[in-house]
Amino acid sequence: MVTLRELSAIEDGFVAGHGLCPGCAIPVILRILLRATNDPVIVSNATGCLEVCSSMFPLNSWRIPWIHSAFENTAATAAGLESMYRALVRRGKISGNKNIKFLAIGGDGGTYDIGFQALSGAMERGHKILYVCYDNQIYANTGGQRSSATPLGASATTSPAGTASYGKVQWRKDLTKIIAAHNVAYAAQGAPSRWQDLYNKAKKAFEADGPSFLNVLTACPTEWKTDPDQSIRLTQLAVDTCFWPLWEYDNGKYRITYFPKDKKPVSEWLKVQGRFKHLFLEENRYVLEEIQKRVDEEWERLNKLVSP
Amino acid sequence: MTEKGWKELTIGTINLEAGNSLQNYTGTFRSGEKPIFKEETCIHCLFCWVFCPDSAIIVKDNKVKGIDYNYCKGCGICVIECPTKPKSLEMVVEEIYL
Amino acid sequence: MGKIITLNGNGAIAEAIRQIKPDVVAAYPITPSTAIVQYVAQFVADGLLDCEFVCPESEHSAMSMCIGAAAGGGRVVTATASQGLALMWELLYIAAGLRLPILAGIASRALSAPINIHGDHSDSIGARDAGWIQIFSENSQEAYDNFIQAAKISEDFDVRTPAMVMIDGFITSHSTENVIVEDDKDVEEFVGEFKPLYPLLDVEKPVTLGSIDFTNYYFEHKRNQIEGIENSRRVILKVADEYERKFGRKYGFFELYKIDDAEIAVVLMGSAAGTGKEVVDELREKGEKAGLIKIRVYRPFPYRELQDVLKNIKAIAVLDRLMSPGAYGAPLFTEVRSAVYDLKKRPKIINYIYGLGGRDIAPDHFKQVFSDLEKLKLNRYKGDVVNYLNLRG
Repeated sequence: MVTLRELSAIEDGFVAGHGLCPGCAIPVILRILLRATNDPVIVSNATGCLEVCSSMFPLNSWRIPWIHSAFENTAATAAGLESMYRALVRRGKISGNKNIKFLAIGGDGGTYDIGFQALSGAMERGHKILYVCYDNQIYANTGGQRSSATPLGASATTSPAGTASYGKVQWRKDLTKIIAAHNVAYAAQGAPSRWQDLYNKAKKAFEADGPSFLNVLTACPTEWKTDPDQSIRLTQLAVDTCFWPLWEYDNGKYRITYFPKDKKPVSEWLKVQGRFKHLFLEENRYVLEEIQKRVDEEWERLNKLVSP
Repeated sequence: MTEKGWKELTIGTINLEAGNSLQNYTGTFRSGEKPIFKEETCIHCLFCWVFCPDSAIIVKDNKVKGIDYNYCKGCGICVIECPTKPKSLEMVVEEIYL
Repeated sequence: MGKIITLNGNGAIAEAIRQIKPDVVAAYPITPSTAIVQYVAQFVADGLLDCEFVCPESEHSAMSMCIGAAAGGGRVVTATASQGLALMWELLYIAAGLRLPILAGIASRALSAPINIHGDHSDSIGARDAGWIQIFSENSQEAYDNFIQAAKISEDFDVRTPAMVMIDGFITSHSTENVIVEDDKDVEEFVGEFKPLYPLLDVEKPVTLGSIDFTNYYFEHKRNQIEGIENSRRVILKVADEYERKFGRKYGFFELYKIDDAEIAVVLMGSAAGTGKEVVDELREKGEKAGLIKIRVYRPFPYRELQDVLKNIKAIAVLDRLMSPGAYGAPLFTEVRSAVYDLKKRPKIINYIYGLGGRDIAPDHFKQVFSDLEKLKLNRYKGDVVNYLNLRG
């Protein structure tokens, strides 16, 4: 098991001076992720909070090669880089000894929605890339519009709660399972609060012999309407309520990597977030019940997927 | 920072200075509160380090040495995640020099 | 010594691709450029071309892969047409903005709606402001020669700008002609080894590209970008000169056909030039001072060089194989007209929109245009500035 002492001795690939909001958990994910391989990493970054806040010209927060092309093509851009790498190594133009890793990273907007097609294509073609989604369940960069990762009942600027609406009426897309269904080498869900679990998954994902995918829940104090100091706690609550179970799909086998000791009611996670505040009004109680029911059902279904 | 003219720029938006955002002191994001480090009670678990979004916890030789206020945005995650009792990090009202 | 091979336009471009030895080819099939992709796939399957040949799930991802691959630091090629090029639209700007020397073979085709698979220039000229070098070919031989030259132009360190080479959909892409294909070794020698510039794959020297610029840098970066395509003016001529010396075929910004003493002339691009030249010959036999200018390089637009040619002509018809709805004339017309505005003695100039969705342009249509030009020259033209050729009323 890796220790934080070991990790803290490794130099940062992503440095301070970025413009992400106070309490944004994205850099925490990067801190763990970028330390999970000793090989050089090249990053393809989707348009979004991370890209904007880490590349404000003439500044940038990356000590490793980094490219931003567009919003929906991050996986394809990384796949292009990986293809060039393979071509140049095969033709003897560059050395293959460095074992370069290709990391594509984007938010839930760039991954679940607009970048879904390019992601699916890259996974199907078998490019040896790791795609990481930092899922804050909202289009935070454009000011809090709903995404297909936004939970049922959340008030977002394009699915606002009001006298005639309780917020988003659809359940979230289960992207990790969809990617697993591509029969990728490795796919998993992680959370920054479980840093060791995330580290292990990142390590497996980097080393996977084929395309790999990590869906990592992150917290967005700005759009979740939460205190910035709660971000890590909130990702842990999502895990402990089983709203965001930690599991992996490794070489065709599903495995749950963390079982909460006491599975908490999902309302524990919802009640501390301003975006769900309206669900606690008497007239919306039924929505809370619906959410709990769905979470329980999905947790049960996931448990059945797990190989004995 | 002097801004470059178009003739001085590297081709194709290339930025040759990897990681130069260190010049950007994001400590200015803080709004009235900052964490302070109390070495006496610290067990050097490094939770504050791993969970700090702004690389503002200074760690040397496995030990927390303090907080880099040039970058600390005052989010307070380090205080919440600190497991010691009493906590080894504490939010205080920041003195403002006018 | 090269050899004569019977090829259609797509095959000619595919031959050029094989000979310039790209490191990565990422392309999606679309009529009428599909055969380019298929030929390349077969070359790879037969061991005639050693490259990473990738079939992404869309043209959008094809161009995105080209961007990633080119940023990695190697030679990159794609091919597309019509809706495919339109789907690449945002990436075309990004490829140019990042100054990546990507090469694209385009079999120009109409844009929907209504859907139509035949040739016109709506797709390629639609991309005119994306920042790419745009070279138009009249026939398969030109397509082959242009593609090879485009590699050398695009990859020049002073240029480093993506380039697209156009053939007319079906008319050229699917017509079989005899094409001189040069020896592999000679082409390889002519184009030279790809030289990377700030490659992302050089992990020892990490660079970032594709930053966000605020109001304080965007304008400077865009102005900086233009240097590449401006420098290409010089490089295009230099490469054409080297090409002529090595292979004997002459190229420039445009081809002048019987223009020296011409009083009336048509300006156009692409495959229609062949028919136009026939009509010029016929008119010349009758003693009419007719000529033709075929634009080869549309971006950068050779306005200065054109001014030199057009200054002695009395009446000009610009033939556009696309429309620009709501504009005062179609793109080539507005470009040429803008160029002649600087002249002390300006020729009279009118526009014909023709050939949309593969509609034929026959000798009779050219004759109609030249007959209008005769009237225009003598101030007896009563028609409109913007006209439609071979269109039912």
